[in-house]
Amino acid sequence: MAKITYITSDNQTHTVEVQNGLTVMEGAVQNDIPGIDADCGGGMACATCHVYVKEDWFNKIPKKEDGEDDMLDMAFEPKTNSRLSCQIIVSDELDGLEVNIPSKQA
Amino acid sequence: MKKTDALIIGAGPTGLFTAHQLKLIGLDCEIVDNLDKIGGQCIELYPDKPIYDIPAVPECTGEELTNNLLNQLKPFDIKFHLSERVEEVKKEENNWLVKTSGGNSFLTPNVIIAGGVGSFEPRKFSPKECEKFENKSLFYSVKDKNIFNGKTVSIFGGGDSALDWAIELSKESHVNLIHRRDEFRGAQATVDKMHALVKDGKINLFTKYQMANVHGEQTLESIDIKHDNDEIKNLKTEYVLGFFGLIMQLGPIANWGLNLNKKTIEVDTEKFETNQKGIYAVGDICNYPGKLKLILSGFHEGALAARACFKLARPDEKYRFEFTTTSTNLLKRLGKKE
Repeated sequence: MAKITYITSDNQTHTVEVQNGLTVMEGAVQNDIPGIDADCGGGMACATCHVYVKEDWFNKIPKKEDGEDDMLDMAFEPKTNSRLSCQIIVSDELDGLEVNIPSKQA
Repeated sequence: MKKTDALIIGAGPTGLFTAHQLKLIGLDCEIVDNLDKIGGQCIELYPDKPIYDIPAVPECTGEELTNNLLNQLKPFDIKFHLSERVEEVKKEENNWLVKTSGGNSFLTPNVIIAGGVGSFEPRKFSPKECEKFENKSLFYSVKDKNIFNGKTVSIFGGGDSALDWAIELSKESHVNLIHRRDEFRGAQATVDKMHALVKDGKINLFTKYQMANVHGEQTLESIDIKHDNDEIKNLKTEYVLGFFGLIMQLGPIANWGLNLNKKTIEVDTEKFETNQKGIYAVGDICNYPGKLKLILSGFHEGALAARACFKLARPDEKYRFEFTTTSTNLLKRLGKKE
């Protein structure tokens, strides 16, 4: 279990408990948090679950694997701290993680 | 205007199998898809990724699945209208009048939406100002490359489309290639070729930059690009090309008076009919209690929607359930019996 905080582009914060093994994307979708579309359902094929991860967390969570940066090329306003939330798997170590949701996914 | 028993919107696996079911029970159908090829998400998003949960097919790629479905449609004559988006669906007595972006119109009692998550559209630049120049000096695809001869073209993106056009246009134009990071996801040979052209001064490469703004009154004069470190560079340019792949948008479907739930359409589970009589939704785009976004669910939904279509297309006939193993009618339609 980890408490994950999602911050929307209009600065609304949503803190929810997400089960270990789920992805940060699933945590958002299951809790109806707005702004994460996840069109492809977690297949790393659409870049519509794009989030920004605060720098200290960005370096702490498991690194991007092959292909994630390729998809991020297509995301809306990618930055150096961009991640696809479907590729971040929740574990106890992620307790307290904060992610910012971009103003749009496309 | 074309008359048909059923019009299918979407040529993905669900749309294709729905067409099979319609033809098998003796109904005509035509298929419209906004993509320029058949296969939907399977072809556009994951042609090479293996799928493991198609019943009786232990493993196949998106492309293989599409080809197998097309093979299964071989006995039937089905008209595809590709690169066309359905813009309008209007009631006309007992029929629906359907108009596409390609100028086609259909009159049909049955419209089956098998649209996945909507139609694929190019992803666009984020600064709002870019819209002003869209399709004038800023494009997301190339129709006539000759307009760029002797001009400066700024190309954005890191995949094969961006690289291929940078290489091609560098022959007759001044090319800027701008990408958000140092790595390119295009084929290695293409990346090498691009770097060789950069070395020869044929392409100006800017990495870790993204589009920040566009300038110009009537015509595009220059663009600002912004580095990861916030430094801004101004580039004089006459044309801009952006290649960021495709995104699925619900598009005009939202205006057809259907009950929507987020990006999906609510249906019943008997006919997969929407709140509008004669309009059905099947596959990923439909929603009902227990809905699973699996290809196999789309096949089931399409089969049932096809039977519902029969009632509206042949009001004076009674639908008779038959098996392909034994029915002479079905075997004739399949071309297996004279």
